[in-house]
Amino acid sequence: MTTHEPDSRPLLLGGPALGLRLIVLVILSIGLMVADQHQHHLAVIRDWLSAAVYPLQWAVQAPLAAWNTARESLATRSRIDADNVRLASDNLVLRLKLMRFESLAQENQRLRAARESSARVVQRSLIAEIVRVDLDPFRQRVLVNKGSRDGVFRGQAALDANGIFGQVTRVGPISAEVILISDPEHAIPVQVNRTGARTIALGTGRSGQLTLPYLPQNSDVVAGDLFVSSGLGGVFPPGYPVGKVTAIERDPSQPLLSVTARPLAALDSDPELLLVWFDSTVVEPESESGPEPPGVLAPASGAGGD
Amino acid sequence: MARRTNLGWPRITAMTIVALVATVAPLPDWLQILRPDFVALTVLWLCLLSPRMTGLFHAWGAGLALDAFRGVLFGQHALTLVVIAYIASKLRLQIRAFPPLQQTAVVLALLWLNEFLLFWIDGVSGHPITDWRRWLAVPVGAACWPLITGLYARVAQHR
Repeated sequence: MTTHEPDSRPLLLGGPALGLRLIVLVILSIGLMVADQHQHHLAVIRDWLSAAVYPLQWAVQAPLAAWNTARESLATRSRIDADNVRLASDNLVLRLKLMRFESLAQENQRLRAARESSARVVQRSLIAEIVRVDLDPFRQRVLVNKGSRDGVFRGQAALDANGIFGQVTRVGPISAEVILISDPEHAIPVQVNRTGARTIALGTGRSGQLTLPYLPQNSDVVAGDLFVSSGLGGVFPPGYPVGKVTAIERDPSQPLLSVTARPLAALDSDPELLLVWFDSTVVEPESESGPEPPGVLAPASGAGGD
Repeated sequence: MARRTNLGWPRITAMTIVALVATVAPLPDWLQILRPDFVALTVLWLCLLSPRMTGLFHAWGAGLALDAFRGVLFGQHALTLVVIAYIASKLRLQIRAFPPLQQTAVVLALLWLNEFLLFWIDGVSGHPITDWRRWLAVPVGAACWPLITGLYARVAQHR
């Protein structure tokens, strides 16, 4: 029976039309991928696309966010009281630390001035909320609700209250993508805080794990060692905690140690992070004359010496 | 009287958007790994079982949207979805006559091809993910196929 069919598309489509479409679309896709990969011509288009899909991405997590807000506002009085007591005691401890910090910062500034080098500490920060969408289970990336409109830029360092979180990889007008230090493609220059040995920490793709694969067998590193950002490369401010060594495997047949570590930042549970600005104009290593700052090895002693 | 269906572009667009949302909706870590590729399943259903031909442009557009959504190399999902949509469209007549289990096997093969092409593109573009767990989503997706067909058949018949 031939009723009025609201859909006028064909029942079947085959032959040359389909094959031709396949070829055209495949070539277009490859062209897009090559343009995206090499020339970065697509940067502007991608920025606008990210702005276009952001409302939908935001809407995806809205129910979860609303649930969390509701739960928070219904939190029991006793829990809020307990939180308050804990925060008050935390505050006291932090203020005690701050008292020493002020004088140390001044002293540091004086010493830096004497050496004519600028202190690369965080000067300004911006709190960005993490939008809870799962971009890719095998890459450690998050979306945040601040973009170029707020001054966010590509390569900007992101921190949380405990340590270094990651860096900005893509910036849209109102959102940005942050790659975490645990992403398998991320590497961060670090130094072992106790000895000053410099190395690189790589992500593994699991949020609670980093590896330090470039430490030689004779390195002085033990489980529990804190390692901090070294500031080489200029992306991250130096001296901020990155992680703690959890296990060291010494296999004499291998030239390098296999060291695993745990990031200090709460990569999988933080609701927000800090995007930071710092003065990164100084290029390391600095001039060979003059005293080395503490924690930096003399060039001749090699990595791992103490 | 023939079964009348009403699966125009508004409904197809809505299905695609729901599939996109299901792809990025927050899940616990262990479940995230098992999450089937809902966009690929939707494209396959539209190419194999939908009452009318949907074609490759839809697959391409859905792939581009998925790329934009997940922030990966632009064009990679578009390419893989176009390829599986082409094969599915070619096999459309045969597969519609298959019993459900055999259909699921074909879907499994196509989803595997999709994932393999993505794996290959990831490698060529220098962002390889060699974690074996990435292949887990393929059988899970095939296992979801009967559910998806049931659901979408209702969507297609509903006025």
